[in-house]
Amino acid sequence: MSFVKELIAPRPAPAVVARPLTAAKVAGIVVLVLWGLLAAALVMMVINGWDTAKFERYGPRYLNGLWTTISIVGISIVLGALLSLPIAFARMSKNRVLNTIAYAYVYLFRSTPLLAQLFLIYYGLGSFRAELESVGLWWFFREAWYCGLFSLTINTAAYQAEILRGAIESVPRGQHEGAAALGISKRITLRKVILPQALIVALRPYGNEVILMIKGSAVVAIVTVFDLMGETRYAFSRTFDYQTYLWAAIFYLTMVEALRHLWAFMEARLTRHLKR
Amino acid sequence: MSGWLSALFDTLDPFCGPAGIFTWLGQGSLIACGDAGWGDEIAFGVKVTITLALATLPVGLVIGFLIALAAQSEERLLRLAAGIYTTIFRGLPELLTLFIVYYGAQILLQTVLSTFGYDGRVEINAFVAGMVALAVVFSSYSSEVLLSAFRAIPRGQYEAGDALGLRRWRTMFLIVLPQLIRIALPGLTNLWLILLKDTSYVSVIGLADIIRQTGIAARVSREAFFFYTIACLLYLVLAMISSFGLGFIERWAKRSGVSR
Repeated sequence: MSFVKELIAPRPAPAVVARPLTAAKVAGIVVLVLWGLLAAALVMMVINGWDTAKFERYGPRYLNGLWTTISIVGISIVLGALLSLPIAFARMSKNRVLNTIAYAYVYLFRSTPLLAQLFLIYYGLGSFRAELESVGLWWFFREAWYCGLFSLTINTAAYQAEILRGAIESVPRGQHEGAAALGISKRITLRKVILPQALIVALRPYGNEVILMIKGSAVVAIVTVFDLMGETRYAFSRTFDYQTYLWAAIFYLTMVEALRHLWAFMEARLTRHLKR
Repeated sequence: MSGWLSALFDTLDPFCGPAGIFTWLGQGSLIACGDAGWGDEIAFGVKVTITLALATLPVGLVIGFLIALAAQSEERLLRLAAGIYTTIFRGLPELLTLFIVYYGAQILLQTVLSTFGYDGRVEINAFVAGMVALAVVFSSYSSEVLLSAFRAIPRGQYEAGDALGLRRWRTMFLIVLPQLIRIALPGLTNLWLILLKDTSYVSVIGLADIIRQTGIAARVSREAFFFYTIACLLYLVLAMISSFGLGFIERWAKRSGVSR
């Protein structure tokens, strides 16, 4: 049997290791200084170019534009979600025809630019004025706002259908079989067993889609909708003041970052039971 | 010297060459080649779109690679700097980035030149501005893809490189990069398809791409639906060709991979 007979003599604390100035550190400092300089230049630009008359004139317009952006994105996300349901289920169905149609829809809208789709709807359908008037749909396709809403909706429906399909298919087969073994009907299985698990998987892609839509909605400005981007272009065309774009950047960044953090919080909260 | 080369390209031209689709299908219609129709103008737009996307790709990849390296470095300041970059350019709409680059570069150049005593009007090339803006957006997304690919490569690979006595950059190029490409390829494929669609924004600053050329044709001929449908079809075909080609590259990259 052995035991300690004497304690270790007290020693001074270990010497602090000097951190050498590595290339990475120098690069980091240089880039950060560059960022700082850029930020300072932009702040100086705003301060030097401050004009209360402009602010009073275009400030409310910016807020209006912000509201237009938020409403057009919000409405099209909701309508797109509704439209994506039949598409996603058609895509998963065993019926060849339905499946092909849904696949073609999704492929078509995901591989052409939103701008081309918007032009096709706004200018392209606009050239069928007589036909549209006879069906009574001209009031819809005459307005740039409705056309923007329509093209954003059918665009996001294609993306959301893929998100939903991927999420539902990520739920293991055993869940279906387990529910069937318990004698639960197909509909209740979908509602109570499959969807709760699928929607957690779909949460992050849905968040990305909302952010992509906020960014993508800027294109409606090109067909004369006065959303945030449209108001920015208007203000720039009147004043030739570069600040106008900086303010738009601030608004967009704030929206996207707020949404990103909200989504991270929501995901952390909703997946509590999955954490160990 | 380039006489026969350009003749070769004219023959192989998929739109207005002897075997081009517009030559065969568009005869006597609005998309005929030459002065009679818009075929050659649209073909030019397709060339601009493809050139822009191809020119942006390497620039965006290199910047994205550097940002990914910075984002995974042990140096906190470097990580912060890379984080600022990706946060800003992933949060801004592509259209706004394009305007900020286009007008910002113009103003910057004007200011710099006026300090040297030149007061003429400066106009920067729309192609270069579009390329820079798209490369900035592409790089901030590709850095995320490459970063997650970096994280998928085990530490042991670097340690093995050290043990073999390779220098750091040789470890990077000989050991890490070949694996990195294989892991990152699906993500980069997606980004390429997004880039191809994003090139449509440059029509707004006046570059003669597919959208702008078909738009001009639509306005002059008052056949908007027809021409914008053609624009959509052209993008669709480009996307199909790319996914076919990229599938080929993916199989090529996987051929020496360990089957797990």
